[in-house]
Amino acid sequence: MIPASFDYVRAGSLDDAVALLAEHGDDAKLIAGGHSLLPMMKLRLAFPTVLIDIRTVPDAAYVRVDGDVVAIGALTRHCDLVASDVLRAEAPLIATAAGFVGDPQIRHRGTIGGSLSHADPAADLPTAVLASDAVLVVLGPDGRREIPVADFFAGYFETALAPGEVLAEIRVPRTGPNGYHYEKFVRRANDWAIVAVATVAGRVALANMAATPVRAAATEAALAAGASAAEAAALAAEGTQPIQDMHANQEYRGHLATVLTRRGLNAAGIA
Amino acid sequence: MRLSTTVNGSTRTDDVEPRLLLAHYLRDVCGLKGTNIGCDTTSCGACTVHVDGESVKSCTVLAVQTDGSDVTTVEGLAATRPGPDGMHPVQAAFRAEHGLQCGFCTPGMVMATAGLLAENPKPTEREVREALEGNLCRCTGYHNIVRAALAAAESMAASE
Amino acid sequence: MTTVDLPRGSILGTRVQRLEDPEFLTSGAVYTDDVVDERLTGAVWVTFVRASVAHATIASIDASAALAADGCVGVITADDLADVPAQAPMMPIFPAGMAQPLLATGRVRYVGEPVAAVLTDDRYLGEDIAELVEIDYAPLPVVVDPIDSAEDETLLFPELGTNVVCSRPAEVDGDIFAGCPVVVTGTILNQRVAVAPLEVRAAAAAWGADDRLTAWVPNQGAQGTQASLAGMLGLPVSQVRIITPAVGGAFGAKVGADPEAAVVGWIARRIGRPARWVETRSENMVAMTHGRAQVQTVTVGGDRDGRVRAYRLHVLQDSGAYPRYGAMLPTLTLLMAPGVYDIDRLELSYTSVATNTTPVGAYRGAGRPEATAAIERAMDMFAAEIGLDPAVVRRRNLLPPFTEPITSKGGAAYDSGDYAMALDTVLAAADYDALRREQALRRERGDIIQLGIGVSVYVEITGGGGEAGASKENATVQVHADGTATILTGTSPHGQGHSTVWAMLASEELGIPMDKITVRWGDTDLVPEGGGTGGSRSLQQGGAAVRQAARELVDVARARAADRLEVSPDDLEVDHANAGLTVRGVPGTGVTFAELAADEPLLVRSVFRAPGATYPFGAHVAVAEVDVETGRAELTRLIALDDAGVVVNPLIAEGQRHGGLAQGAAQALLEEIRFDEDGNPITTTFADYPIVSATEVPSFELVTTETPTTYNPLGAKGIGEAGSIGSTPAVQNAVIDAVAHLGVRHIDMPTSSMRVWSAIRAASEGTEH
Repeated sequence: MIPASFDYVRAGSLDDAVALLAEHGDDAKLIAGGHSLLPMMKLRLAFPTVLIDIRTVPDAAYVRVDGDVVAIGALTRHCDLVASDVLRAEAPLIATAAGFVGDPQIRHRGTIGGSLSHADPAADLPTAVLASDAVLVVLGPDGRREIPVADFFAGYFETALAPGEVLAEIRVPRTGPNGYHYEKFVRRANDWAIVAVATVAGRVALANMAATPVRAAATEAALAAGASAAEAAALAAEGTQPIQDMHANQEYRGHLATVLTRRGLNAAGIA
Repeated sequence: MRLSTTVNGSTRTDDVEPRLLLAHYLRDVCGLKGTNIGCDTTSCGACTVHVDGESVKSCTVLAVQTDGSDVTTVEGLAATRPGPDGMHPVQAAFRAEHGLQCGFCTPGMVMATAGLLAENPKPTEREVREALEGNLCRCTGYHNIVRAALAAAESMAASE
Repeated sequence: MTTVDLPRGSILGTRVQRLEDPEFLTSGAVYTDDVVDERLTGAVWVTFVRASVAHATIASIDASAALAADGCVGVITADDLADVPAQAPMMPIFPAGMAQPLLATGRVRYVGEPVAAVLTDDRYLGEDIAELVEIDYAPLPVVVDPIDSAEDETLLFPELGTNVVCSRPAEVDGDIFAGCPVVVTGTILNQRVAVAPLEVRAAAAAWGADDRLTAWVPNQGAQGTQASLAGMLGLPVSQVRIITPAVGGAFGAKVGADPEAAVVGWIARRIGRPARWVETRSENMVAMTHGRAQVQTVTVGGDRDGRVRAYRLHVLQDSGAYPRYGAMLPTLTLLMAPGVYDIDRLELSYTSVATNTTPVGAYRGAGRPEATAAIERAMDMFAAEIGLDPAVVRRRNLLPPFTEPITSKGGAAYDSGDYAMALDTVLAAADYDALRREQALRRERGDIIQLGIGVSVYVEITGGGGEAGASKENATVQVHADGTATILTGTSPHGQGHSTVWAMLASEELGIPMDKITVRWGDTDLVPEGGGTGGSRSLQQGGAAVRQAARELVDVARARAADRLEVSPDDLEVDHANAGLTVRGVPGTGVTFAELAADEPLLVRSVFRAPGATYPFGAHVAVAEVDVETGRAELTRLIALDDAGVVVNPLIAEGQRHGGLAQGAAQALLEEIRFDEDGNPITTTFADYPIVSATEVPSFELVTTETPTTYNPLGAKGIGEAGSIGSTPAVQNAVIDAVAHLGVRHIDMPTSSMRVWSAIRAASEGTEH
């Protein structure tokens, strides 16, 4: 299958991408690794008329410690997140979750910025970034702004990015090398999660339990109040609204959320 | 759009439509028909080639996005490390272990395996299976493909 | 266990690496989409517009926008095909009115049915312009489930008054279960699966100056494809030439030809320009025939000591919208219904019905895996009911060993078999008793990860059909003056390695090195007759024909050499070292086959006829771990004994088994084609349809025995489908066994995590019936 025709421009920088978005309007889309957008275009579920390629803009792919956060450039590829010693030491949940994305070929191409902007509720990195309580740095026509990740995912494949904005950086609080886990329940290894649980620092986020990745608020509250992992995990599905598809109905997803949350918390060292 | 790439060691310049997929560029413009297309959804891996030394699925890469890159297909793999039989050690291992039947997934499977061994020269069986999770085969049940990958790792280590 | 003595130094029985592999590995094989041929220069690209609804009348087709688009060469609909005859049913027993037209005519009956063909200058424009064809549908009621279809309330072919394609009632007197202290019954779903060869369907066609159609089509037998294509187009067979490029997997779904290939051929003739077509995977998933698709009702009756006395099987076959080979699958299922067991009384029947879904065809095993799945589930249900080990129950009911043909109660003439040997051997290889002990431990501890052990014993049928429908096949062996040889075969490899094995067989007889032997097939001008590859027939018939032709060639050469050397033919023997004949006991005094070929062409065409089908058998043990909290099942071991007689190339035979094992396990664990209630397919890509990958199967443990057949001089039976026949029920039984102690009696395939979890919960709540 083949995408519908489009014009293609390469941005020289993220600021340039912002200018190009302003120039081309709503019919333009950013492309980096293209592993979220191109499949949609090939199936003709998306048909932008202009693609603005930011894949090769300089200084946008990096992982570095910046005070009490790890700053990740939006164009950092999944494979580079997996291989990052900085992440392994300071925010290992992100590196671990990145290793669950797709397959090696996809991880060579896809980027964290692309994955977050695509906002698939079943995807790995959005869930891990949500559990990490990261802050997203966005560039737009009015300059730079920061969006707490809790406010970023707005709906099914929708984000708080305004038209014309570009995700530039993900700022992940440093957690140290331990006390985290990513538990993914799949049919085949490279499938999207039926349900997944990301946990770090007492926070728990769930994939595919709603139209966006969601925090398991009742579980977190129970943990904060001193509940055991098992007690807290039993509340994981509270307030979620999972979809029903051929892999799982709502009831089964809710059940999986509780089991996976308990296992995730245990693996993270919470008894 | 003007596209300048190095394909299997030869630099070339072509004028291509922006929507041209790398897989079709290789097959229809470069005439390299070893790279096959088996699905629409970046799932099967039959189209796997190396871009700048890393395995990618060429059905989900725009040809124009490889401007300035070095692309290697199954036709060019042996030249990167020729063995006594004129094949790359991964290709030779696939033959020795009967890691192919109909051959359709084979170019992609070989390129994915070569990519794996470049990153992890001594994988376990489990690591091989996980590294090939994005390459589907309907003939072999993967048994001999996994053996071929492990055998190739050994032969490459021995000939270092 | 029989060991066959092969001549010292024989190449047969050795692990010869494939001759075809260097090309496949370094430049890729040349599949239909890869063909570069001057006859196809300037070909028009064909893109099909397919039905987007499952059942509707076509109110109108508006192609004006498409025709006005740049690069559009034309749009073809059923109205344009007036010169094509009405399509004939694939089998004479199918109602004539149920044959699929080349393009939907007045009505569409499944999502994906071809409605129009868009012709463009290239592939990319084809996808763009196909979107511009507007089809207005008037929806009709949809029937998706074969159980509903059998009610005949919603009819696909109202003029016929029924959805039934064909059926066979049971022929019994009275109640076969009378006197059985134990009777168990159940409904078993043998779900619809995608065949999913990695190469999708394709065709290229040119109408030549010789007033013939030349068509490149991936297929399993060019001669059958030629007959099929000629039939669809109303042409004499002599006016169609099929050329077979490399074929990227087939598994039963590339037998004959599909309507799209006929349309491509028709276009090439009509517009006087060659035409090419390659479908997308999304099209393949809805328009290539699917496999299996049976609802089986089984009842088994017997004694408390484990002896089974009576077995009833009714098969409801989903044929899809237009009957293809799938409608006939139950005839093989019923033939093989009792399998390896000695059961006094059988009651067998089937009904095949049309539904608003993709047509069903052959898929690896075609009718026999379904038979094995039914009886092997029934055996486990019976064993569970009487509280005996399922291996013990099987052992108690097996037919005794036999070396002369016997007729089964299902009506099949089994040629040779030793089923108890197969079961005992595989149980020992698996260390079955240790597995049961481990299972007991985990149950006792209440582990979250429980162990399940599944057993199956099977017999299947191979080489049932062939050239012109008989158990025969032809081969031509020719030696050339330069010392090379060519083999022409009526079989048609698509992964099975005929180039290697046929060369082994000829080299063995002639002494010509394998790398000097070229095997050719699939061009109907070169090989006008042949039965193709399917039903695991190639080696036992096509390979046997190669050996027979090579031996006859030696006889021809011997007569000529005797004249030339002025010796008695009886004094000449094959000189393998020199690829010729020499005077017995006096090496180097003879003449080579090449020298004889220089004088006069040296070739023999021979037809091998088998007395009938052969019946490979085996036994499989599957070990599964099931997470009882999530329902997730993982296959951790699969131990397979497959006895297909004498093995000519173990490397290749093992590869065939591996592939079958994975496909069979995939049906038990993962794969299922799904439609919603409106007939919309929801598994249309490899992202939605979980074709098994390397992470869901273990390395397999193979046990090999060789019980020869007397039906061909090689002693070989078919191995292509065996793996997929035993593994499906073994794996399904293992998953169910893992949770049997929780009260679970059955879980339909695929044993998805939700199904397993639901079954555990239902059992614990006592709601399972």
